[in-house]
Amino acid sequence: MAETTKFKPAGNLSWLVSTLYIVFLLLPIYWLINMSFKENAEITGAFSLWPQNPTLRNYSVIFTDPSWYNGYINSIIYVVLNTIISVLAALPAAYAFSRYRFLGDKHLFFWLLTNRMAPPAVFALPFFQLYSAFGLIDTHIAVALAHCLFNVPLAVWILEGFMSGVPKEIDETAYIDGYSFPRFFVKIFMPLIASGIGVAAFFCFMFSWVELLLARTLTTTAAKPISAIMTRTVSAAGMDWGVLAAAGVLTIVPGALVIYFVRNYIAKGFALGRV
Amino acid sequence: MLELRNVAKMVAGDYHIYPTDLAFERGTLNVLLGPTLAGKTSLMRLMAGLDRPTSGSVFFDGADVTGVRVQQRNVAMVYQQFINYPALTVYENIASPLRIAGRDSASIDQAVRQAAELLKLTPYLDRTPLNLSGGQQQRTALARALVKNASLVLMDEPLANLDYKLREELREELPKIFAQSGAVFVYATTEPSEALLLGGNTATLSEGRVTQFGKTIDVYRKPADLVTAKTFADPPLNFIDVIKSGAFFQHQDFDRLPVPSHLLKISDGAMTVAFHPHHLGLSRQTEGAAPLKAVTQISEITGSESFVHLDYNGVRWIMLAAGIHEIDPDTQIELFLDTRHLMAFGSDGRAIAVDAVA
Repeated sequence: MAETTKFKPAGNLSWLVSTLYIVFLLLPIYWLINMSFKENAEITGAFSLWPQNPTLRNYSVIFTDPSWYNGYINSIIYVVLNTIISVLAALPAAYAFSRYRFLGDKHLFFWLLTNRMAPPAVFALPFFQLYSAFGLIDTHIAVALAHCLFNVPLAVWILEGFMSGVPKEIDETAYIDGYSFPRFFVKIFMPLIASGIGVAAFFCFMFSWVELLLARTLTTTAAKPISAIMTRTVSAAGMDWGVLAAAGVLTIVPGALVIYFVRNYIAKGFALGRV
Repeated sequence: MLELRNVAKMVAGDYHIYPTDLAFERGTLNVLLGPTLAGKTSLMRLMAGLDRPTSGSVFFDGADVTGVRVQQRNVAMVYQQFINYPALTVYENIASPLRIAGRDSASIDQAVRQAAELLKLTPYLDRTPLNLSGGQQQRTALARALVKNASLVLMDEPLANLDYKLREELREELPKIFAQSGAVFVYATTEPSEALLLGGNTATLSEGRVTQFGKTIDVYRKPADLVTAKTFADPPLNFIDVIKSGAFFQHQDFDRLPVPSHLLKISDGAMTVAFHPHHLGLSRQTEGAAPLKAVTQISEITGSESFVHLDYNGVRWIMLAAGIHEIDPDTQIELFLDTRHLMAFGSDGRAIAVDAVA
């Protein structure tokens, strides 16, 4: 202890900045959690730092009302579907970009990223028309496929970075040892880029989870996502603030869980594996 | 026997390997010697089947294997970088070619333990390669190459990234380990001294061409041309352009050197004479040594020997002198050239006459 205190300047305030920072970051989240345990009268009536009459009513509404909890189930179904499709499509694509030179490879690689530059609203209309023609409106797969528009390019970019960090000689050594390509890819190569696959899956999950516009446009009732349900809570009885807050808390949970599992790789993922 | 028949490799219109004919016998050690970018790795990749030659064919034991995929060829390769499978343990790394071949686990276990014992890896079998030192990682790669019992073993500067002690140890062991297997053993290196220590045969490479192939000591003593002589010399060769007339070499207007007996019979005319740095000395070692005058530049002392960089009438030379000599720069000194080892090359670079005694 004496060792560490020695390096601190006397009477320093270094704790202050980080404390303030965290307080400001956590304040909205705290307020959301705070609200989710309050009754509507308390939310709209008085200002209170913590619930005066803590209640679980808001959560019980969500867990008992199918129109609420189906929203979570729908969201999770299409998000997981999208994550699987995106990663499975991106793995071979990223391998090709990382290992082979072909005509226009650099342009194609850059073009992939430009897909992320257009706002999703641009694609809402063509997707709606296209999926209507195929009878896919209001299905989970429709949203999952629509989200591939920006998730596949992202996954390709992330995975390409991780794959290029693996020396090409490992591939060749495996071929010399007699590995066929599929066997090499699954047994030798995938374990080497496991963290990259994790990060790519995380980003696909995250972007698909928070995306509202396409998900709402392509669904009506059967596959309606939770974020769309949350925007439609104004009823004849007015705003149900407490239930909305509880729904918000529950929407944060899956993301927080996923972040916890990939926390060690996130920085590398943001750098698209190029650290 | 591995045969390259007129094998060439072009990339984007440039020859990386010029049309080449080579034949390596089974059970022999063959060194590919050349500086970086000479084409050693490209040539090895063609031999292994990792790259397809642009033209020409590769034969193994009489069969044409030019288009055969590398998986189907019985080859093993070790790279300069330590290439292992990081996700597998050392044991599984060594076992991997055997697992692919579908051998039963009892015979795999026996083969892996035998190879590990030979390469002193037994205590580390349960670790993963990244938890080993560089030498141990490379030994893992070597064990994997060994256990496969390949008929063609390719090593691309396998010891270049190791410290000198390990390098000396492994350099001594490697040929012994692989000699028993009866494989064609190919070893690429940039260091002439390594080629000489390994022995066997040497093919010298320069800018994508095989300049000479033969027994290592023969290539060293009797280079066919100037390029080979340059490739196979470390420290670099010294040159002097002369005109031979009768019993003397005339160098411009400066010096006259007596022509040594082994060069007396060649015809008169312009030629390039080359000699190794250790054939220059500060004192007259032999009867036939010719005195010369040169200006010193830098002296490098390696412990028991000194490299003295010289300016001989505008030509840069290096002298390797025994003992420690700290000579001030820009001093004119007298040297003695042991002319018995002079090599003479014609203006086309072909050897006219080379050294009889090394």
